[in-house]
Amino acid sequence: MIKKFFTLVTILLFALMVLPLIRQMVPFQELAPVAAAYAEHGPDELGAANLVTSVIVTYRGLDTLGEVTVLFIATAGVGFLLRRDEEDAAESAHSPRKASELLCSGSMLLFPLLMLFGVYIFLHGHLTPGGGFQGGVVIASAFLLLMLARVSFHLNHSVISFVESISGFAYVVIGVLGIFLAAGFLDNRILPLGEFGSLLSAGAIPLIYSLVGLKVGTELTNVIDTMKMKSAHPDESTSDHCPREEEV
Amino acid sequence: MTLVTFIGFALILIGIWGMLTRKNIIRIIIGFSIIDTGIHLVMVSIGYLPGRTAPIITSAVDRSAAASHIVDPIPSALVLTAIVIGLAITALMLTYAVRMYRERTSMNIDDYKELKW
Repeated sequence: MIKKFFTLVTILLFALMVLPLIRQMVPFQELAPVAAAYAEHGPDELGAANLVTSVIVTYRGLDTLGEVTVLFIATAGVGFLLRRDEEDAAESAHSPRKASELLCSGSMLLFPLLMLFGVYIFLHGHLTPGGGFQGGVVIASAFLLLMLARVSFHLNHSVISFVESISGFAYVVIGVLGIFLAAGFLDNRILPLGEFGSLLSAGAIPLIYSLVGLKVGTELTNVIDTMKMKSAHPDESTSDHCPREEEV
Repeated sequence: MTLVTFIGFALILIGIWGMLTRKNIIRIIIGFSIIDTGIHLVMVSIGYLPGRTAPIITSAVDRSAAASHIVDPIPSALVLTAIVIGLAITALMLTYAVRMYRERTSMNIDDYKELKW
């Protein structure tokens, strides 16, 4: 009873806290000075059509590097907490249910399309709404679909960790190159800006966003793979594969 | 004040209520995600300017007068990364939940008293 009372009081206090915010909030009529400066000089300075991208990758690039690091640490935490010990083997020994035919066929159709779409999103991050984070998540969702359809699917972890470490390393190297070749850390003008609005423009932004996309994609794929229940051993894999055409 | 701001604040309060009253750890995590979504909505709505378009320079937006045609790009940029970080944090919380369930075979938060006073 007293607990419910305290809960109610807490929520009421929070409501009182946000009430003046809501009541006194005046919708902006003009951009804030920083945003106006980004909008005015951004397209000429950085050559990126998508101003959100130029804020994320260049103007606030250091923050993005920090956020990629946060993502990496969270992924490492997931992997550390769910590491597979011998004691877990008994728990996960029972074989999972076979995926339905709908899921199997759907995953075969959608997996290449999702991969292509993910790559498209992070390559066009400087032109259209999108970028490394979104593209990486789409790629991870493609792998999730594959793992749902094929319970015996095993990721090649050396490839995953190689791609992840190389893309993280190259991101920092490109950032440091900006110090020597351009105005500062993570400056995108180490490469020619190119024609405004074309795919190969905006200097290093497509390169950085591709690296971020690969890193986010591999990291989230790793998270999904860690969280997946340990399936049957690879040598038993024929039993829980997708049904072949002739079996159906 | 726009409707989106109001919904965002309402979601934050609903999430806090969920986190404080639910006993199931998974539901507490869902409450956290609801707060997360509410904060994202509030941030995006702060950057919104009525009658303007997305901050992308295309044929629809005059490049020289972009500042008077677009919404604020900075809240969008912040929310974009916050969504991905929120995903990673949710994954980490769910992993903790799995670990706790393995230790005690219980999802009820009342069964974990170590950090209570």
